[in-house]
Amino acid sequence: MDFIFEWFRALYDETGINLPILYDEYDRNRMIGGFFTTIRLSLVCLFFSVVIGVIGAWLQGSAFTWTRRIVNGYIQLFRNTPPLVQLYFFYFAIGTMLPTVQNDWGGQSPILGSFAWATISLSFFAGAFNVEIFRSGIEAVPKSTVEAAEALGFSKLQIYRDITLPLAFRVVLPALNNNLVNLLKTTTLAYAIAVPEMLYEANQIWSDNVNVTEMMIFLLLAYFVLVGVLVSGMHRWERAMRIPGFGG
Amino acid sequence: MSWTPADPMVSLRDVHKSFGTLKVLNGVSLDVMKGDVICIIGPSGSGKSTLIRCINALNDIQKGSILVEGQEVNDPNLNKLELRKKVGMVFQQYNLFPHKTALQNVMMAPVRVLKHDKAKAEAAARALMKKVRLEGKEDAYPGELSGGQQQRVAIARSLAMQPDVILFDEVTAALDPETVGEVLQTIKDLAEEGMTCILVTHEMAFAREVADHIYFTDRGVIVEHGPPATFFKNAQDPRTKEFLSQVL
Repeated sequence: MDFIFEWFRALYDETGINLPILYDEYDRNRMIGGFFTTIRLSLVCLFFSVVIGVIGAWLQGSAFTWTRRIVNGYIQLFRNTPPLVQLYFFYFAIGTMLPTVQNDWGGQSPILGSFAWATISLSFFAGAFNVEIFRSGIEAVPKSTVEAAEALGFSKLQIYRDITLPLAFRVVLPALNNNLVNLLKTTTLAYAIAVPEMLYEANQIWSDNVNVTEMMIFLLLAYFVLVGVLVSGMHRWERAMRIPGFGG
Repeated sequence: MSWTPADPMVSLRDVHKSFGTLKVLNGVSLDVMKGDVICIIGPSGSGKSTLIRCINALNDIQKGSILVEGQEVNDPNLNKLELRKKVGMVFQQYNLFPHKTALQNVMMAPVRVLKHDKAKAEAAARALMKKVRLEGKEDAYPGELSGGQQQRVAIARSLAMQPDVILFDEVTAALDPETVGEVLQTIKDLAEEGMTCILVTHEMAFAREVADHIYFTDRGVIVEHGPPATFFKNAQDPRTKEFLSQVL
């Protein structure tokens, strides 16, 4: 490894192409930290946004008018406002209304830090789209299939869990993939509330080293690879979920 | 007054059903005794399918009474699960669960709804697959089976709930002519074993062969009924005569 690091140091000395994230241990660790923060934030938001989508789509089919209205209101609110505004709203508006706690240094810290707020905000943002995506899938499940389950005595929850959702899931996977790719890319907005993810760390590094061009190229490639991995994983999943003789 | 096996298993009294302003059933009454096989025939749109869908509460009725083993179906507090344990149903479009194998389709309801032990349910499901002559197709998905095979899986799925009566809703109408026979043979086997069957069918030859009683419906009423021998030879009502002249 050291050989590679030294090569990049030499590259800088010879050509001026400066990538301290490779030869400088301090910057390297910052970038590795940012990388894993991005991964962690993405996975947590991915998980919660899918959970919100599944539950929201179930509630949308509720017999209670007000339940449906609340879900629809939630979708409208989060779909019709920019995610950066949502993030600021949660962090600065809601965050400052919550009580603070005593920290180790005798000062006051907010109950929820920036990572927690980014998780909440981005999960709700992507979740709103996921509700709509799952709803479209649920509507694609033939009513007659649901009736067959009813005739066998399945309860509403059993029908949703065992019949409707597994079938809807297969229908919506391509649309869901799109939204999750978008979510991964949207995690860069967490930069705005100082979550130390990749963009934030890159900014720190280029401020110290004045190597904006190099860091921009690096970021572009890093996200390109990261999303590529996510997409290929999702495609593999799509293939694994395919049922012989169903949906072509 | 509690129900005894000497009473009709299914008893309809003056059943009225409309979809909006469209009256579909206009006062239908009939009795089905245990072990009876009855066939309901009639022109398209005469309310045949609606009639049997009302028996297991897939459609509600506006007026009248439907008793299944003494349980009133036209009751806002109807225990649907209890009703559906007693009444099985097989549909025109089979309506198998496309994401489950044939065997899983058959054992799913006993495991989920009746809470049977999985191993026991699987053994029972394998026996049923054998009974409908589909040994070796246990692991095939519905999309990999022919229409006739799917319909026999659907019959096995219904039998797995050990119902007291099975409703057959034009179960051969969507099949290729060459596979109709295998499905009818399966139903005939059931009838010979003493299963109570209510069939809506266009297969006149089959109705004549297996039915204990034929009902002819038109425009939401039972126009004429009787045992097949007299019904087909000595139809009295001009509407019955006209229908029979078209289909025989």
